[in-house]
Amino acid sequence: MLLALAIIVAAGMVTLYSAGSGSVRLELAQGARVAAGLLLLLVLARLTPMRLRLFSPWAYVASLLLLALVPFFGSGRSARLWLDLGVFYLQPAELLKITVPMIVAWYLHDRVLPVRFRDVLVCTVLIGLPSAMIAVQPDLGTALLVAASGVFALFLAGLSWWLLGTGVVLASAAAPLAWWFWLKDYQKDRILTFLDPGNDPQGAGWNIIQSSIAVGSGGLTGKGWGASTQARLEYLPEHTTDFAFAVFAEEFGFVGVAGILLVYLFIVLRTLWIATEAHESYGRIVAGSLGLAFFVYVAVNGGMITGLLPVVGVPMPLVSYGGTSAVTLLAAFGLVLGVRAHHRLAR
Amino acid sequence: MKPLRNAMAEAALFRRRAWVAGIAVILASAVLIGRYFELQVLRHAEFKTRAEANRIKLRPLPPARGLIYDRNGVLLAENLPAYRLVLIPEQIEDVETTLRELGALMSLDEADLQRFRADYQVARRFRPVTLKLRLDEAEMARFAVNGHRFQGVEIAPYFTRHYPLGPEFAHVVGYVGRIAESDLARIDETAYAATTHIGKSGIERQYERLLHGATGVEQIEANAQGRDLRVIARTPARPGQNLHLSIDARLQRSMANAFEGQPGAAVAVDPRNGEVLAMVSLPTFDPNLFVNGISHADYRVLTQDQSQPMFDRVLDGTYAPGSTVKPFMGLAGLELGLRTPQATTFSSGAFRLAGQAREYRDWKGGGHGAINLRESLAQSVNTYYYKLAHDMGIDRMSEAMQRFGFGHPTGIDLPGEESGVMPTREWKRRRLKQEWYPGETVVAGIGQGFWTATPLQLAQGIAAIASGTRQPLHVLLATQDGLDAPRVAHRAQLPKRSTGYFGSAQNLAAVRDGLTAVMHGPTGTARASAAGSEYLMAGKTGTAQRIGRTGTRSLNPNNLPMHLRHRALFVGFAPVDAPRIAIAVVAEHGGAGSRVAAPIARKVMDAWLLGKEVAPAVASLPEAPAAPAAPPASTPQGDLPGCRDSRAPLRGGGTGSTGRCCLRSRSSSRREW
Repeated sequence: MLLALAIIVAAGMVTLYSAGSGSVRLELAQGARVAAGLLLLLVLARLTPMRLRLFSPWAYVASLLLLALVPFFGSGRSARLWLDLGVFYLQPAELLKITVPMIVAWYLHDRVLPVRFRDVLVCTVLIGLPSAMIAVQPDLGTALLVAASGVFALFLAGLSWWLLGTGVVLASAAAPLAWWFWLKDYQKDRILTFLDPGNDPQGAGWNIIQSSIAVGSGGLTGKGWGASTQARLEYLPEHTTDFAFAVFAEEFGFVGVAGILLVYLFIVLRTLWIATEAHESYGRIVAGSLGLAFFVYVAVNGGMITGLLPVVGVPMPLVSYGGTSAVTLLAAFGLVLGVRAHHRLAR
Repeated sequence: MKPLRNAMAEAALFRRRAWVAGIAVILASAVLIGRYFELQVLRHAEFKTRAEANRIKLRPLPPARGLIYDRNGVLLAENLPAYRLVLIPEQIEDVETTLRELGALMSLDEADLQRFRADYQVARRFRPVTLKLRLDEAEMARFAVNGHRFQGVEIAPYFTRHYPLGPEFAHVVGYVGRIAESDLARIDETAYAATTHIGKSGIERQYERLLHGATGVEQIEANAQGRDLRVIARTPARPGQNLHLSIDARLQRSMANAFEGQPGAAVAVDPRNGEVLAMVSLPTFDPNLFVNGISHADYRVLTQDQSQPMFDRVLDGTYAPGSTVKPFMGLAGLELGLRTPQATTFSSGAFRLAGQAREYRDWKGGGHGAINLRESLAQSVNTYYYKLAHDMGIDRMSEAMQRFGFGHPTGIDLPGEESGVMPTREWKRRRLKQEWYPGETVVAGIGQGFWTATPLQLAQGIAAIASGTRQPLHVLLATQDGLDAPRVAHRAQLPKRSTGYFGSAQNLAAVRDGLTAVMHGPTGTARASAAGSEYLMAGKTGTAQRIGRTGTRSLNPNNLPMHLRHRALFVGFAPVDAPRIAIAVVAEHGGAGSRVAAPIARKVMDAWLLGKEVAPAVASLPEAPAAPAAPPASTPQGDLPGCRDSRAPLRGGGTGSTGRCCLRSRSSSRREW
């Protein structure tokens, strides 16, 4: 598990070096975060699920508070997403990706499963509050992912298929309403562009087209490390962050992509396996929903880069440059490994 | 408080859910990997191409335009290094502000600005747009100091066309100018991707394809902002062909000097092969003015000048040929069997058609008496030709004269040649909606009436009488690559009906004999011009009347205002036994052909056959409509500096609109007859 993570982190560092045009500064910054994340991972892995469970509400409330500060003290280019903590920028929304599953698991750990309707309503509030706060930042993509991680927790806790179906139907019904009353123009653009990137190749369609070109031109074996023309010549936007995986695909080709995706798959399935092995519901739910959320990041980013999904600001886990994301993801695996370690000990 | 929990059931539930999730994850991964497989393996070629297309930009490289030389290697058109100011649209924030600030640095005239704005609007964003050509040193220096303030404004080197002999070859070599919208139709725009100028007139236009060369291309790696990073590959431009003309620059200058400042036209050809040796239309202009865009003031002066310097009289001046048609008429009479060389016609001083009161007069009161072909030419006896024309009838006459080249362009390798008019019944019916009258045949017999011809047609005709066959005329002598120049030159061949046959040797000899008598006979009208010549000349004078002769009253042409004076014409060749030069001269305000045009021809022949170059005249220009009070010292058609000065007296032009195209203005003058 750690080896798999290390492979991905290494691939990320290698890609960053190339995409960032050999910038030592970027490399060091990312390295520091990875180191911090690994430290956190090791610390969290030592905590027993019991301790984590007690800690969950505090973590949730703390991350909510930080999130609440963002509109007032936040910074960012198009949306206020970051908090400037002096030493580094913190993206509180990323924290919620962990704390939401934690709080749901905390709430459900002593309830009867499968979840009852009343509990579902409570959980919906627990999930909905931070999601709504993130959505108005506005960062719709992260909001949906945070909501998804909570929903995964509910799903693993036995949310009835009937309720799940109703939720999906309601969400579909809400979509047109959201389109008319809520989505901002640039968000509509992204969706329209996703449907037809050729519509505005120089504008909104640029990202999708250029990243598809980057991926496609990589071919079977790739152009070789550092040979990404799409990134070096700045055709590919955000090539160190959201589109870093496109650079990886261009340089290492389908062989590299398939390899990394299989490693990701291994991590996710392994996490699910760990979850099922856990002998109490908090650990199960936390580990399982974090694993599924992790997979969603991979799938959304990987799909976005190839034009399968609309452009949303979701990084490729551990490959994209981004501090909070790397640290929180590694921390999440700290939780997962903690669950594993302690269920083993318990045996 | 806690409900009963079934740990086993919960674990089982979780396991089921985890299985569902796991399967979903595997399926989604399969879709994702499939998508990468599609892009990277199945559609790799497509995206690879697009990545290359992204990365590599093509930049066209302009070819160097071919040089133009005279027959002895004297340079007539060259390329000089120069600098121009360009703006790159994508780097300019506010173009009007930039223009205003640049205007403070250097003079930008309205024409430059207008053209720039038009170009700027349609230009590709990364393609530099020229604002000002031929920066002078002061402008370069000022921009070098202030250039850092102007984002997206650059100085770019280029080659500008220059004509060292300027006005002397303005009509033959022509000039280049910026590619205008009207030029786009005749070029392949991609072949001209880097070219700014194109041949607008003369040889420059005629042989544009040879002179232009082939555009090269540079493959450049560019980033997403369009900035060039490095050159990947380069196909150099292929320079245009250097052209050698058949014109002799010294003869050209002598011919111009021989006019001594009068307006007119002359063309000399080698009768053996149709090479044009000299070709002058006066007054002329400086073609260098047009290369980088002529200023409105200069253009107005040129177009409003009544003596029309831009008008190429050799190709486009259609003059009543007058008595210069007599050798052709005489030859036609022999060829048609209507006359023998010895047959005489009696000249009483006036010819009358049966049943008509109108008299057609000879120039000599009381007539010339009994006249054969030789004397009819020597003395230029009108009655001989009145009667001959009447006997021939307009139909046979038109046919014969068209065979001699009248009424059709000669097909010379220069653009925009006029055909003149060889009238027929059909022509008159179409043109004037009238029947042909017999009297019109009579006046046509002496080259008056509807008949008009260009100096070029007269030169080709007289050269044919000299050599026996009608040669296609050409100005191009050779190309750098040794292309078969005459073949290149004669894409436009003689009219189909023409065979080149001009007459039997016997008949031609009789006509040549008469033409020699014009110069050397005791009665010859131009004998004064041949006096003391070291070789035998043949020729024929002509005086085209601008005011009809009424009654017996004769007008002294020298007392008439310039523009009403007769036009003096002369056609001739020399030496008679082995002709090496044939010439046609039109002096527009000349009076009698014998007195004005023939001496010009003599000087040109002396220059060619004996090497006697004609020095610029010092005599003052007699009163001219364009410059009534020309300073006596000014010699408009002098040598090179003199020629440049010649524009000075023309600067008197008034105001008014200026046409876009200089060729257009010709049509207005054509019909002044």
